[in-house]
Amino acid sequence: MTSGSYFAFKTVDWANMSAATWETIWMTIVSMIAVAILGVLLGLLLFETTASENIWVKVLNAVVSFLVNVFRSIPFIILIMLLLPITKNLVGTIIGPTAALPSLIVSAAPFYARMVELAFHEIDRGVIEAAESMGATGWQIVYKVLLPESMPALVSGATVTTISLIGYTAMAGAIGAGGLGNLAYIDGFQANNNTIVLVATVIIVIIVFAFQFIGDFLVRRIDKRTL
Amino acid sequence: MIEFKDVTKTFTSKDGDLTAVSDVNLNIDDGEIYGIVGYSGAGKSTLTRMLNGLETPTSGEIDINGDQITALSGIELRKKRQKIGMIFQHFNLLWSRTVIQNIMFPLEVAGMSRKARQEKAQHLVDLVGLTGREHSYPSELSGGQKQRVGIARALANDPEILISDEATSALDPQTTDEVLDLLLEINKKMNLSIVLITHEMHAIRKICDHVAVMDDGKVVEQGTVFNVFRNPKQEITKRFVSEEVDPALTDTNRIVEDLIKSYPDGTIVQLVFHGDQAKLPIVSEMIHEFPKLQVSIIEGSIHQTQEGSIGSLYLQITGNKESMDGALDLLKKMRVETEVIHRD
Ligand SMILES: Nc1ncnc2c1ncn2[C@@H]1O[C@H](COP(=O)(O)OP(=O)(O)OP(=O)(O)O)[C@@H](O)[C@H]1O
Ligand SMILES: [Mg+2]
Repeated sequence: MTSGSYFAFKTVDWANMSAATWETIWMTIVSMIAVAILGVLLGLLLFETTASENIWVKVLNAVVSFLVNVFRSIPFIILIMLLLPITKNLVGTIIGPTAALPSLIVSAAPFYARMVELAFHEIDRGVIEAAESMGATGWQIVYKVLLPESMPALVSGATVTTISLIGYTAMAGAIGAGGLGNLAYIDGFQANNNTIVLVATVIIVIIVFAFQFIGDFLVRRIDKRTL
Repeated sequence: MIEFKDVTKTFTSKDGDLTAVSDVNLNIDDGEIYGIVGYSGAGKSTLTRMLNGLETPTSGEIDINGDQITALSGIELRKKRQKIGMIFQHFNLLWSRTVIQNIMFPLEVAGMSRKARQEKAQHLVDLVGLTGREHSYPSELSGGQKQRVGIARALANDPEILISDEATSALDPQTTDEVLDLLLEINKKMNLSIVLITHEMHAIRKICDHVAVMDDGKVVEQGTVFNVFRNPKQEITKRFVSEEVDPALTDTNRIVEDLIKSYPDGTIVQLVFHGDQAKLPIVSEMIHEFPKLQVSIIEGSIHQTQEGSIGSLYLQITGNKESMDGALDLLKKMRVETEVIHRD
């Protein structure tokens, strides 16, 4: 065996590689769906509670805002350890792709929530006011104005978040969550097989590019601000 | 009928209180176009935003066709808002929706069925002259076209009132006139009351019946456009009116001086129109009666208001004394206020 070589492709177990690839994609997509939903809800909560006169609303805004900032500043690798007991309770195990989900979601949702809040703030006040003046209810304003009018920003924010989630899955993988990160660490790094590390890297880069491409494409499709 | 009764609005902030609207009393009749004019910060927007409850008055009462706006509950207020159309300086269209989808927005809010929405919106597209552009996005339209969409959207739920807050301020003069013409046409066709906020007297003169002048939160002068233009009482009103009626008054004086020098034998006459002469062909009558006179127009600004023409015209007349005296008599007979500025 040519240990240390980057190009010993014969040593790659392609079935394993493909299984790990799908694990990575699965973790990314499932966590991203949860992050999108949670992030929009949290972002909406932050947006709607800004600039309120009501003291309780102000308190709510301050608390949520603080929590979002705290979870955003915890390094992911530490967050996993911090959440181990909760993960164990929730998922029943701390090993495998499913076990990675709670930490992935908890770390990315606050990140995305801030982007959502920002996207809502970027909508012209006048447009929201026009909807109000037409007699729209609060919920009608949310799903007929806020969401569609900020959609390009929401999608590009989701793209950025997804890409950092892919990075997180690799990190989670290294400590037992499966996927390409896990494979690169166990079969590659620990077995001193650089080829496997290289192949896993290339696949991850391809996945990142694919998500970036899809995101950019969608943004271009839905953005009607300049035609 | 819209009634403002002793309406005051005070904003409270860290830097202290600011009374944006102070003790305003106004009555706006059904089917009229009511202009509100004033400089920036006068309180025009705040006043009209209280009409649809976007702001609540600090004190006083606002009634629209018998409903006291401030007494309405949330649901009732939203229902009422559907009957108060509003158009804005920056159009405030949803860029994510096409023209027809923008117009359907208020119909969705009102809970109209999809098919009925389509039909109604198409009808409105045609009304505002955007046929063929229904599937364009706002970013593909000119300012005037965007405002047409804004107007169609404001009319969607058959409002009782249309509020126009500086709706032409972002448009060039020609587009402004087109939009004003459209508003006037809608007002006549639907007998819709329009509250028109502006800082351009031109817009007031062109389509309004009544006007209120606001300064520092107060209504300082109000009346028919005709009377306010003819006989402005407050200093601020005079300033607004003079900007409009005689934009180049000083220029005219200079021209007159020049002409006095160039034509020492000529007579310079200022004719002032108050509207009651209506549409008599005054100048051509004069030339017809006294063919020996040479008449040239130096400067003029005549405006058609809803009730007649207002403005002034400077003429330089040369000819023999006999014809001249006869011409001046004729002008008097036609009840034109005539002032001879220079005569040898
Ligand atoms: N929400 C608010 N909070 C505090 N002050 C306000 C608020 N809205 C308006 N004002 C103040 O009230 C005054 C009147 O404002 P308003 O917008 O009614 O003026 P306007 O006549 O419409 O002026 P413009 O021609 O510039 O639109 C201004 O001094 C403004 O700063
Ligand atoms: Mg204003």
